[in-house]
Amino acid sequence: MKTDSGGENTEYKNEFKAIAEAYKKAGGDEKVLLDTGYGTLVINENKVLGKNEIDGLRIDSKSTENGVNVKVSVDDGTKIEKPVHLCFGMLPKEGKQVINSEFFIGKNAKVNFLAHCSFPNAEHIEHVMDSKVHVGENAEMSYKETHYHSENGGIHVHPTLRGKIERGGRLLEEFRLTKGSVGMLNIDYEIELDEKSSCDLLTKIYGKRDDNIEVRESLHLNGPYAAGTAKSRIVLVDNAFGNVLGEITGNAPHTRGHVDCHEIVQGEGAKAISTPKISVEHPLARVTHEAAIGRINKKELETLMARGLTEEKAIDFIVKGLLR
Amino acid sequence: MKNRKSNDKVLIKLEDIGYSAGEKEILSGVNLDIGRGEIVSVIGVNGTGKTTLAAILMGLNGYTPGKGKVLFDGKDITNLSTTERAKLGITLAWQIPASFEGVTVREYLSIGKNASPEKYLKMVGLNPALYLDRTVDDNLSGGERKRIELASVLSVEPKLVILDEPDSGIDMASINAIKRVIRDFKKIGASVILITHSETMARVGDRVALLCNGRIVKDGSVGEVTDFFRRHCEECDHIGKPDEGILK
Repeated sequence: MKTDSGGENTEYKNEFKAIAEAYKKAGGDEKVLLDTGYGTLVINENKVLGKNEIDGLRIDSKSTENGVNVKVSVDDGTKIEKPVHLCFGMLPKEGKQVINSEFFIGKNAKVNFLAHCSFPNAEHIEHVMDSKVHVGENAEMSYKETHYHSENGGIHVHPTLRGKIERGGRLLEEFRLTKGSVGMLNIDYEIELDEKSSCDLLTKIYGKRDDNIEVRESLHLNGPYAAGTAKSRIVLVDNAFGNVLGEITGNAPHTRGHVDCHEIVQGEGAKAISTPKISVEHPLARVTHEAAIGRINKKELETLMARGLTEEKAIDFIVKGLLR
Repeated sequence: MKNRKSNDKVLIKLEDIGYSAGEKEILSGVNLDIGRGEIVSVIGVNGTGKTTLAAILMGLNGYTPGKGKVLFDGKDITNLSTTERAKLGITLAWQIPASFEGVTVREYLSIGKNASPEKYLKMVGLNPALYLDRTVDDNLSGGERKRIELASVLSVEPKLVILDEPDSGIDMASINAIKRVIRDFKKIGASVILITHSETMARVGDRVALLCNGRIVKDGSVGEVTDFFRRHCEECDHIGKPDEGILK
């Protein structure tokens, strides 16, 4: 395990311990952060607290004034069996963190990233995650990101992703924020797909109180036989607001795309907007969409109540499943 | 209509039930007794009020009858909620079961009493190893979903099961499995109200009631009522208007 401090700094060790604890609360397995068999990167504020590279995986990092620039590369043909764990967080109550990240996945490589972003004490925090992803020919990358926020609110999160998937490549991108208070969230993903490549985007968010959620998922199916889905599941209660734009363009023959948005609104103050935007620029392309927005499905509720659950417990059961 | 049982043998009793949706009368003067451990098929063509009858029995929101009473174990449950009725032992399976995204079969079958989901899957002819970790959504075929719904019904150890068109939209193998499960309900002492428009499925019942234009116009033996249904209802030429001449 390497750190920017050489690994012996007590302050860094304490921070590492605290961020590992937050990582655990976010659903991560904190033990792997010290296991040299895994690729890992641990960041608090603008400090790299820990980093472990494994064969075929290179992680370059450089601290900036208010964040870290990260470049992750997987060599051509490298298939990394164990997930690479990325832990981003801020322990203070206030501040700004900007993570500029670039991912280069080589030809025929395969890698799974598990990213956890923890802000356990947040009161006034801005977290900007500006990512660029390049998936090489016939390479596979999955990036599953889970957020853990304090219940205090007051956090602004801006994950931006610009991606390119080369011929035959595959990208699975998941974003989950179902614990703690969302605060203000502005997701903006845009991916370009070459021939026979595919991309699946999945977003799951539980908005409460005055949370403000904006999601834009955009796929451009540029090469023949490219395929993609943009799927979102959002539950809004109290006075939360959600606005989802699912966008797919089919620009080449035999491209297939599907936008699937489901937003549940519970409570009179919550509000949801869903806008599927689909277009094709080739007669052999096909893009579809489906959206369900509003209250919980009556039949689902009645079925569970007919098994003895109260309406409140039935709603909880449905929401837990949907956001899993 | 025949009132065929003494009160101690009756599990559920509908007394002169009337229900309207706005100006439209859906059910009128419905009287029906279901005995303990009895399977009663309620048969009728589309649009005669069968599903409304199921909703009234289950006490679904918006389905309180405008007239009449529902008695369960001799107690008036007309104004009880769906959850309260379920706690008494009444449950229902819809024609097209609901989809529960992200919920596993194991979780779905663990809503009810403390028993093993494996046991209920086996009872409906499904291998637990293949199904417990699957999700209760569109990745299941129509037949698989219906069987899992029956397993879910079994898992709450009901006294009264309301089955709405359990045979619609599924393959023959699943239909046979479902028929077997319906007979199994009887073995565990549960009563079944089997709503169907299929004469073949109706024959699973101990008794058949024929619903026409919101009224029960025949209530008798399986042979008597299904024979009547085959002759007069399968090619119904008076939907919404029972032919008084034929009924006599």
